Amino acid sequence: VEFSYDDEQNGLREAVSALLARAYGDSEQRRKVVASDPGFDEGTWSRLAEMGLLGLPFAESDGGMGAGPVEVSIVAEEIGRVLAPEPFVEAVVLAGGLVSDLGTDAQRAEVLGALAEGSLLPAFAHTEIGSRWEASARSVTATEDGGSWRLSGVKEPVPHGARADLLVVSALVDGATRLFLVRGDAEGLTRTGYRNHDGTRSAKVEFAGTPATPLGEAPSSPTHADQTAAIEKALARARVAYGHEALGAMETALTTTAEYLKTRKQFGVTLNKFQALTFRAADMYVSLELARSTVMWATLVVDADGDVRAAADRVRLQTSRASRHIGKEAIQLHGGIGVTAEYKVGHYTSRLTAIDHLLGDGDWALARLAASVNEHETVDPLA
Amino acid sequence: MRLHLSPEDQAFRDEMRSFFTTQVPQSIRDAVAAHRELSKEQFVEAQRVLNAAGLAVPHWPVEWGGRDWTPLQRHIWREEMQLASVPEPLAFNASMIGPVIATFGSQEQKERFLPATANLDIWWCQGFSEPDAGSDLASLRTTAVRDGDDWVVNGQKTWTTLGQHADWIFCLVRTDPTAEKKQRGISLLLFPMDTPGVTLRPIELLDGGFEVNEVFFEDVRVPAENLVGEENHGWDYAKFLLGNERVGIARIGSTKRLLADAKEHARGITVNGAPLSEDPYMTARIAELENELLALELTALRVVANSAGGRPHPASSVLKLRGSELQQAATELLVDIAGPLSVASFAGEESDVPEWAQVSTPSYLNYRKVSIYGGSNEVQRTIIAGSILGL
Repeated sequence: VEFSYDDEQNGLREAVSALLARAYGDSEQRRKVVASDPGFDEGTWSRLAEMGLLGLPFAESDGGMGAGPVEVSIVAEEIGRVLAPEPFVEAVVLAGGLVSDLGTDAQRAEVLGALAEGSLLPAFAHTEIGSRWEASARSVTATEDGGSWRLSGVKEPVPHGARADLLVVSALVDGATRLFLVRGDAEGLTRTGYRNHDGTRSAKVEFAGTPATPLGEAPSSPTHADQTAAIEKALARARVAYGHEALGAMETALTTTAEYLKTRKQFGVTLNKFQALTFRAADMYVSLELARSTVMWATLVVDADGDVRAAADRVRLQTSRASRHIGKEAIQLHGGIGVTAEYKVGHYTSRLTAIDHLLGDGDWALARLAASVNEHETVDPLA
Repeated sequence: MRLHLSPEDQAFRDEMRSFFTTQVPQSIRDAVAAHRELSKEQFVEAQRVLNAAGLAVPHWPVEWGGRDWTPLQRHIWREEMQLASVPEPLAFNASMIGPVIATFGSQEQKERFLPATANLDIWWCQGFSEPDAGSDLASLRTTAVRDGDDWVVNGQKTWTTLGQHADWIFCLVRTDPTAEKKQRGISLLLFPMDTPGVTLRPIELLDGGFEVNEVFFEDVRVPAENLVGEENHGWDYAKFLLGNERVGIARIGSTKRLLADAKEHARGITVNGAPLSEDPYMTARIAELENELLALELTALRVVANSAGGRPHPASSVLKLRGSELQQAATELLVDIAGPLSVASFAGEESDVPEWAQVSTPSYLNYRKVSIYGGSNEVQRTIIAGSILGL
């Protein structure tokens, strides 16, 4: 067990950090970018591609860099640190991850190569109104007619669904959940984009007999073809990556708050003279470091291909608790300015709140962990 | 970045686990697991078993019985010991005065004290806190005045844990009342508890046990050679000692054991026709504690890997703070599982109330101490806010 980064990994962090500092070093830059569609900066996205980051986890034969989850985690953390709105986890880890896991040779080469180059943005269209955080599809259906497939139904909210060049869509085929690829310009596809509270974008995506291509080999027998387990695994990896994005964001929220306590004066003294405030900042640090430990460990579990689902649930629970604690306290310790859109700290709370709800919140993860609590005597991270 | 233990560390862990579960008398391990008060003889026997195998003071210098292990191995050693309900080597000996003498003591003191300290031939107690010097330890008032070849000690110590068993005391005394800074006039003295003028008064705790004592000094004569290191430098040694105290104070293995016990006990209680262990609120509560404990354990692994030169990582304050909270949460959980049985604290062997339920509330009340000793949690927050966040 070893929790330190090697020189190459530290170098990657510095490079990503420098690139993102140019784009979002000043929080006003982010405000400007998220004010208009697509809610992120295409130029920055291209620069992330040029640095090889958008193909980071994919096989070199698919046009990727062949790096591991630790490298992915470093990028996600730096994204979170400056609240970069570029959809790294959404497009690379989640949508790209599904294509990487399940796609045919041709699909992987085509989609992942273009994603890595920055010329194709994929999004995972999975959530349906009326259910939450399940790995299987609920009401969108896929039907086959003479070897070609068509989708019907509605997915919403789909993160970056309006901007996406390619949708990876979950749909029911005779009760089994299958994944399909749908081009952004497909006929019978209606996308209505809107702004989320954290400045990112989502969309209502309607399929009306929309042509789609099965991801992977076409389903023959539904019982053998269910892809729910694969979706669960990709979601778990994305939860871990989001854990790192949240970690970066929580760290900035804390350092920003500590800095404010040192400079803001009331009653003739700086706020750090008040123990009632510094103790609360100390508790934020405790939450941050405990979450960091869990998240780093979970990335190593992904790397070792261990029980990724359980590790991701542990990340969700720990970072959910930590991000709510840190996000709320960051605003409270700032006072009124923390609630304004002009000042940066509240945006961190907003993004942390979004991350907390995109793929399962803390209580949701806790319920899953609780269901298996009697199956082990103790939890042993070194086993 | 690597998840698994190296094969060497895995083998080390197996070796520790096998030793602790087979070589330490079962009756002693049962007593620890049941939260019974251990007798002096049980403490001594357990430590001698460990010492004979070179497992009592692995963190000491090699020439005095240390093992030159990596920080990770020390961590594994401690956690496996706790998981196996083996009483840890007496902290006052192994973690506190031993390392101080090994680092700052004279050669003569090392030879005289260290082997006997490792083997628990000498039982040490701690003379630090005073009625008016708790978290503000440096304001202590017990004095030592030089008279010929002796120091003459007058004053009072308190919270002296297991002082009733102690042969010797290591005692912070004020040797220069005129020092400009109160930290600068303090020295560290060693003397036998049966020295004329030393009296001890046990303090009963909420659990009915006698763990701590007041110790009074009236014209106690201590030979000058029993001063550790330099006169008026005692504060440096005290800080060194307290830093060591904080390592291992998270007691993760011990809390793991408590949670495992809690699950076991919950299986034996029926609520509305189903085992309490299947109650959704109960399983969620346990799962959340397990997750927090996992985060703490992983943090401990990060901290041990980054503790260079024997100095604890700044985040070690997190270990003390959260470790104590989780120990308390686990003992609270056991009281809640015991439910109405939790009031029958002293029902005894004739009662049908199981022993774990009898001791649950006394343990819970006793464990309020863990967020107070070793630098109270408020002191830890002060350290985090000041030295980590720069506030």
